[in-house]
Amino acid sequence: MTAKDFVSDQEIRWCPGCGDFAVLKQVQNVLAKLNIPKHQYAFVSGIGCSSRFPYYLDTYGIHSIHGRATSLATGLKLSNPALSVWVITGDGDGLSIGGNHFIHLMRRNVDLKVLLFNNQVYGLTKGQYSPTSPLHTISKSSPLGSIDNPMNPLLVALASGASFIARTIDREAKHLQQMLLDVADHKGTALLEIYQNCHIFNDGAFDLYTDKQTKQESTIYLEDGKPMIFGLNKGIDIDNQVVRIIDIEKEGADKCLIHDIKNKEIANILVRLGEGEFSDFPKVFGLIYAEKREVYSFPEKTNITKSELKNILTKK
Amino acid sequence: MVESIIKKEVVVKIAGDSGDGIQLIGGQFTGSTYEVGNDLATFPDFPAEIRAPQGTQAGVSGFQIHFGSVEIETAGDDCDVLVALNAAALKINLKSLKPGGILIVDTNGFDSKNLKLAGYGTENPLDSIDRANYQFYGIAISDQTKRSVEQCAIDPKEKDRCKNMYILGVLYWLYERNMDSTIAFLNAKFGKQAGILEANVLALKAGYYFGETTEIFKARYEVKEAHLAKGDYRNITGNQAISLGLIAASHQLQKPLFFATYPITPASDILHELAKYKEIGVETVQAEDEIAAATMAIGAVFGGNLGVTCTSGPGMDLKAESISLAVSMEIPLVVIDVQRAGPSTGMPTKTEQADLMMAMYGRHGECPLPIIAAKSPSNCFEATLKACEIAFNFNTPVILLSDGYIANGSEPWLIPNVDEIDMRDTESKRANLKTFERDENMVRPYIPFGIAGKEYRIGGLEKDFVTGGISYDAQNHEKMILTREAKVNAVANFCNPLSIELGSENDEIAVIGWGSTYGSIRAAVKKLREEGHSVAHIHFTQLHPFPANTEKILKSFKKIIVPEMNRGQLVKLIREQFLIDAISYSKVQGYPSNNRKS
Repeated sequence: MTAKDFVSDQEIRWCPGCGDFAVLKQVQNVLAKLNIPKHQYAFVSGIGCSSRFPYYLDTYGIHSIHGRATSLATGLKLSNPALSVWVITGDGDGLSIGGNHFIHLMRRNVDLKVLLFNNQVYGLTKGQYSPTSPLHTISKSSPLGSIDNPMNPLLVALASGASFIARTIDREAKHLQQMLLDVADHKGTALLEIYQNCHIFNDGAFDLYTDKQTKQESTIYLEDGKPMIFGLNKGIDIDNQVVRIIDIEKEGADKCLIHDIKNKEIANILVRLGEGEFSDFPKVFGLIYAEKREVYSFPEKTNITKSELKNILTKK
Repeated sequence: MVESIIKKEVVVKIAGDSGDGIQLIGGQFTGSTYEVGNDLATFPDFPAEIRAPQGTQAGVSGFQIHFGSVEIETAGDDCDVLVALNAAALKINLKSLKPGGILIVDTNGFDSKNLKLAGYGTENPLDSIDRANYQFYGIAISDQTKRSVEQCAIDPKEKDRCKNMYILGVLYWLYERNMDSTIAFLNAKFGKQAGILEANVLALKAGYYFGETTEIFKARYEVKEAHLAKGDYRNITGNQAISLGLIAASHQLQKPLFFATYPITPASDILHELAKYKEIGVETVQAEDEIAAATMAIGAVFGGNLGVTCTSGPGMDLKAESISLAVSMEIPLVVIDVQRAGPSTGMPTKTEQADLMMAMYGRHGECPLPIIAAKSPSNCFEATLKACEIAFNFNTPVILLSDGYIANGSEPWLIPNVDEIDMRDTESKRANLKTFERDENMVRPYIPFGIAGKEYRIGGLEKDFVTGGISYDAQNHEKMILTREAKVNAVANFCNPLSIELGSENDEIAVIGWGSTYGSIRAAVKKLREEGHSVAHIHFTQLHPFPANTEKILKSFKKIIVPEMNRGQLVKLIREQFLIDAISYSKVQGYPSNNRKS
């Protein structure tokens, strides 16, 4: 199969230049690469710009209601484990109105792939601040600046017991593709946060991480088993909860921490780099944490037989 | 020698503190009543609090059972026997004891503290009981229980807790019952706790032999076997019957049962019951909230399962948006609402039938769906099958209404022969239709995910009538609204026509009900007919759409009276749909309707 096989007949109605196009393209590429027949894919979304996603993929798809893609997909996967079920959600859909289901999905660890399109704004309702918008964001609903502290979805996910968390960005096509492949590989709930630019209501929110001038110093791309290196000869060390930037020329590359996707304690710090108390550090991209953990599922089912029914009805 | 009197029917009420184990002995007495072959109806009536303040009126838990050798329609109005284990229980219930009735009280529950808590002040009501009007038996049940279990090596609190068994023993003696099944029950329950088992059995026997040896009771009573239709029976509550109905529907449809819910009174027992059947493939999910439960069930429908969600009124409020999605996507989803007294948290353990308007209209947009209501505990089985049948033959969500009274109440149920369970499945007729094509009833095919070559996308946005793609076209939107409406209306001809329960179209007056008032209305109409009145009883189980012959039948009566446990909801539908000047008889007291004037 090729990516083209996953293109649906629907006209795409995202704004030209939207970051969602890049994600759609990479998802189509990745689906073609996986060894899964087309009819076994199902994409479930909630409400929001990104939630139109299933219409544009020629797989089974449900465009559901606001915030409930995670719970609807849970029912779908539990009732038909043969399906490869992907959830498409956004920062408003998944973290605000659907926040409760987000937490409970992570703790249950149902075998779902969750793509969280984070653009730090409400696009479809035309420009209100979202639960991931930075403090003091000026928006239609916060003309004097928002007073809501933003939430960090990966931190919430970790605290809720997520078995896989990763972060990528719409403009890094290759990395995005690799992350999608990793997501597809994971058994259990795999959460991929995708920084996605809304150039209509929040243009440039992630320029810091993509702009040639700044991205080297402001991002670090992690790989399992490799030292945490970024920028011009810089690295990161985390020791006893203390994070430090290493000057590799002075201290040597061996002082950098080796990334271990199984280390939850370190992951708890990594997801917070680049914001709040850790704002002097680069933002972390890549597969941050993954563990093998029991997956929420049911034993394989057969239909209830006549004799089973008879026994149940007559049991007094 | 105590004489033995034969009675046709008897109402017994046992009342005490909510920690006294009243519901447990109620269940045991019901089982024994069922064993002797009486027809019966029960009404457990308890507070929402697990251990409400002891000794107060708020903490009183009651269990009423009506049994007889004749047809029993309701759990009864006034009782022939009242057992009051404390002052508060007497204060609440004495008014419902019939003149000449038997009153048994635990005199130990009438000390100054109990009197004060019950609101009697310093005067002991037992001193002023009208002994000419009631057969009064004051027994120091707590003391006697303690004495009877003295030898047991358990702590005093555990000894006190055996008093429910003592009173059960007294009742068993009074109604000439046998203690074997309760002893077997105690063995199963306390088998590993030898001391507690011994004490409970001793207390039960002590109560029984108290009746036998003291001869303080004037008589024993026998209620002969009822002439129920031939067959194999079991005693069943409405919640159990719904659970079994879902399992039967799952078998009939050959689709696994996926049941997602969030615990809520009085619906939770359906989850408890179904969770027992995991081994045969019943999937139950205790979701994080009501909305998750509804959407998980929707997901399961796309997974090829019989997707069901269940709740009570407050949960229905929360599920509304999910149900509306199911209407828009035209998928078979079964939604069960075990109604309770509202609004808001209302009275969680008390019954009401006030969610009919919500079931009809409680969603945004034009959002019609079929509504089925169960009329008695045993009828919950059939009603559940019907709801599932409609859902899968019309690919639409269906709301099944039950309520707290029939959910917890029980009656004998004629166990159906599994070969005779009738459930149509017309889906095969739609096998050749494309995803968004329709049959003559405007029903689209049901296509679960995972079938090669059938990939499609669907959602809550309006769909083009032909292609199913997103459409904002004005004409198309109206056409889709009319189409979904026509589909639901077609259910009217699919189901059984309306029949008259008692009487005929030649009667002058029709009393029309729906849901759990069935027994009360039947009993009242029967009585009126015996007195020579020209009254008929009609009872709806299919509330939307009404059966096709409804208008013709209703218009044959001069007068229509609609008793409901709400402010008049079915009456509104009748007036609106048929322009009939029906009269509402409304009672909203959190209790099942009775035939008393109150």
